[in-house]
Amino acid sequence: MADISSDFLGIKSPNPFWLASAPPTDKKINVLRAFEAGWGGVVWKTLGSQVKNVSSRYSAVNYGGHKVMGFNNIELISDRPLHINLKEIEECIKLFPDRAMVVSLMADNNKKSWHELIKQVEDTGAHGFELNFGCPHGMTERGMGAAVGQDPEIAKMVVEWVMEKATIPVITKLTPNVHSVVPTGKAVVEAGTNALSLINTIQSVTGVDLNTLVPNPYVAGKSVFGGYCGPAVKPIALKFLTTIAQDETTKKVPISGIGGVSTWKDAVEFMLLGASNVQVCTAAMKHGFRIVEDMCEGLSNWMDEKGYKTLNDFIGKSVSNIVHWEELDINYHHIAKINQDKCIHCGLCYIACEDTSHQSINLEYGKPYNTYTIKEEECVGCNLCQLVCPVTDCITMEEHRVAPEYLNWIEFQKRGLPLNDH
Amino acid sequence: MAILSNRLTEEQYKENFSDIHPPFETMDAAAVEANRCLFCYDAPCMKSCPTSIDVPKFIKQISTQNIKGSAHTIFSSNIMGAGCSKVCPVEKLCEGACVYNLMDEDPIPIAKLQRYSTEMAMEKKWQLFTRKAGAGKKVAVVGAGPAGLSCAHVLSREGIDVTIYEKEKMGGGLMTYGIAAYKVTPQFCKDEVDYILSIGGISIKYGQELGKDVTLETLQKDYDAVYLSIGVGLARQLEIPGENLNGVVDAIRFIYDIRNNGFSKVPVGDKVAVIGMGMTAIDAATQAKRLGAKEVTMLYRRTQEEMPCTEVELDIAKLDGCKIIWLAAPKEVLGENGMVAGLVAEKMKLGDPDASGRRSPVSTGETFTLDVDMVIKAAGQTPFTQLVDGMSVKNKNGKIQVDGQATNLKGIFAGGDCVNGGKEVVDAVQAGKDGAKAIIDFIV
Repeated sequence: MADISSDFLGIKSPNPFWLASAPPTDKKINVLRAFEAGWGGVVWKTLGSQVKNVSSRYSAVNYGGHKVMGFNNIELISDRPLHINLKEIEECIKLFPDRAMVVSLMADNNKKSWHELIKQVEDTGAHGFELNFGCPHGMTERGMGAAVGQDPEIAKMVVEWVMEKATIPVITKLTPNVHSVVPTGKAVVEAGTNALSLINTIQSVTGVDLNTLVPNPYVAGKSVFGGYCGPAVKPIALKFLTTIAQDETTKKVPISGIGGVSTWKDAVEFMLLGASNVQVCTAAMKHGFRIVEDMCEGLSNWMDEKGYKTLNDFIGKSVSNIVHWEELDINYHHIAKINQDKCIHCGLCYIACEDTSHQSINLEYGKPYNTYTIKEEECVGCNLCQLVCPVTDCITMEEHRVAPEYLNWIEFQKRGLPLNDH
Repeated sequence: MAILSNRLTEEQYKENFSDIHPPFETMDAAAVEANRCLFCYDAPCMKSCPTSIDVPKFIKQISTQNIKGSAHTIFSSNIMGAGCSKVCPVEKLCEGACVYNLMDEDPIPIAKLQRYSTEMAMEKKWQLFTRKAGAGKKVAVVGAGPAGLSCAHVLSREGIDVTIYEKEKMGGGLMTYGIAAYKVTPQFCKDEVDYILSIGGISIKYGQELGKDVTLETLQKDYDAVYLSIGVGLARQLEIPGENLNGVVDAIRFIYDIRNNGFSKVPVGDKVAVIGMGMTAIDAATQAKRLGAKEVTMLYRRTQEEMPCTEVELDIAKLDGCKIIWLAAPKEVLGENGMVAGLVAEKMKLGDPDASGRRSPVSTGETFTLDVDMVIKAAGQTPFTQLVDGMSVKNKNGKIQVDGQATNLKGIFAGGDCVNGGKEVVDAVQAGKDGAKAIIDFIV
């Protein structure tokens, strides 16, 4: 059986699943329940200056009958007294010594405050720090959170302060509310951070109540931009992760992947694109801590099937498979094929192709079932029909290379080959 | 053994005749199923609906919480969409064609979703249609059943004034008088008729029977066009000895009495035989059982393969405890003191296919006797031959002959059961729409 234990900067955990810094990790009772359920580690909810929270705090995006496809929050960092947090962190470490205990920090914007906070937390026996440079609401107005992460110079300065004092590993958490996470990532790596984690939440408005006309979440007739997370942000997180995993400077440090991880499959995808472990929040907030059971079992079974013995056997394996567009093989071509035995005649492929793609599906009327076939000479191989088909493997994409050899766009132009062949 | 009314308590009647297909209780419940719908293109369900309701569209509208739009989509194609959601044999229409069947998954509960939108529209009295400005034309419709109401509604939308002549005290036709009470309640039927009429421009004259209280000649003279939607009459005679004994009843009459008189007032035997295996036979048999009959036996001269009712309907009868005897034809009703005392039936076997393409039953000569005290005839219905003949409307054995929707008489149109001999409510609604279109072409 595969070994799913994780070693992140020397911080060991029985599995690579940590709970992200968020409401589920803001006090002992939750964290102990999480450890009992099997979570490998937690990043304790951000400690820093005293704040006051509002009600309500969350809102969600539902889609096609599924609740909480996207989730946002306007909660601030921990609003509990620091000394209670520190005491509880220490107790949790003692009760579960085999689990990772990382503490998220967001001190006031001066070196002294950071140094004091670091000292106090290190005294708990915590295994590492995560610097919250990502929180997009509430704290930014005070020049903290994303306000730090959005400015590479400030981020670098703060990390330098931290590295002067910290004796345990430091992870810097990046905000996605930027055009590219790489400049800040590079700046903090150069400043000495031991690792990076990403993404934090994305500024968002999840919707507007059509009766009150007030956007969500509702606070006494008003709302505010909240931090977006959950399954909906996974593709954006994977993209940002990849840029960090590919950059020459940032790829030198381990990455903790965050952003919509809900299942073992999501976790594997993050790890294939360079994350050494993953952090989870929304999925646990929706279903409770018990989801970790299937995450562990699913990961282990997948590794066994693929023959991977440890996590390091596959971490980062897909990073090099994302290239520049110019490097793609223009001679690759595939054409959709509809398996008539599997087809249920819903017509979704047809109407998608006919209205919005390349009119490559033929319709033969029947009562009540029509027959749909691919016009091979028209099909550009876009995948749309396969994506909308409700039956697994009913529509397959069959390889029909234009020519046997690899040909990219740069070479294509050099050779002066003809355009508009479709 | 005796034929008795008032066999059960009020609570028992209430339980036995409660809604067989309960509605969605909440928006959330409806949304779960609405969200399962794949939103097929050129959808098989829509193509399998005689009124061509845009099913994917109305279901999508439920999932976007546009219930008013959903109801409008349904009623635009089928003004009796609420009633049809309760009485349609959907297993052989829309739901039977749902593509999920091809995945061996449960089809979308289209009828239940349709009921959700249409009942909300009725309950909230949404007026989803507006009449066009007065066309200055008037049309008489004979019969306030599904075909007549559907025709009248389309005409009214076009600004044509409609007067419906109805021989009964209530509208709705067989929907009101000829369908099991556990599918549609009398109150629902009344509400549905009221809702259809709420568009305005349609008046119903009740207690007006064609050929008795009003003549076709008068209608022809007084209106720009006439639509005949008079339906079909009583059950086909069995033509066997003993048919006139007390205790031999017509299924349509039996169901009519249940709808009209109230459950406790309808007499039913201890042991009841029902002849036939169509929808009406099922409705009669199940309701006889639910009225308190101890034993109900259904006889059909062919096999399950050829039966006119659907499997779903047959299952209702079986679950109600009705016994089924296949390949059995009634031969003689036995009497005692003028009352039914038994039924002699003949065992049949299947022969060559007949005109309908189904294998015809052939007598084996072997008979058996059923111990029954009541016989309900439900072996098809007969057209109003005498009435139609008397009006010199071209017909074939009482079924009105039409060219498109027009009869041989100028300005007289016909549709529904009186033309096709008896089909589903939803077919009659479509016939009414077709009739209205032909009438509009004729008079405008």
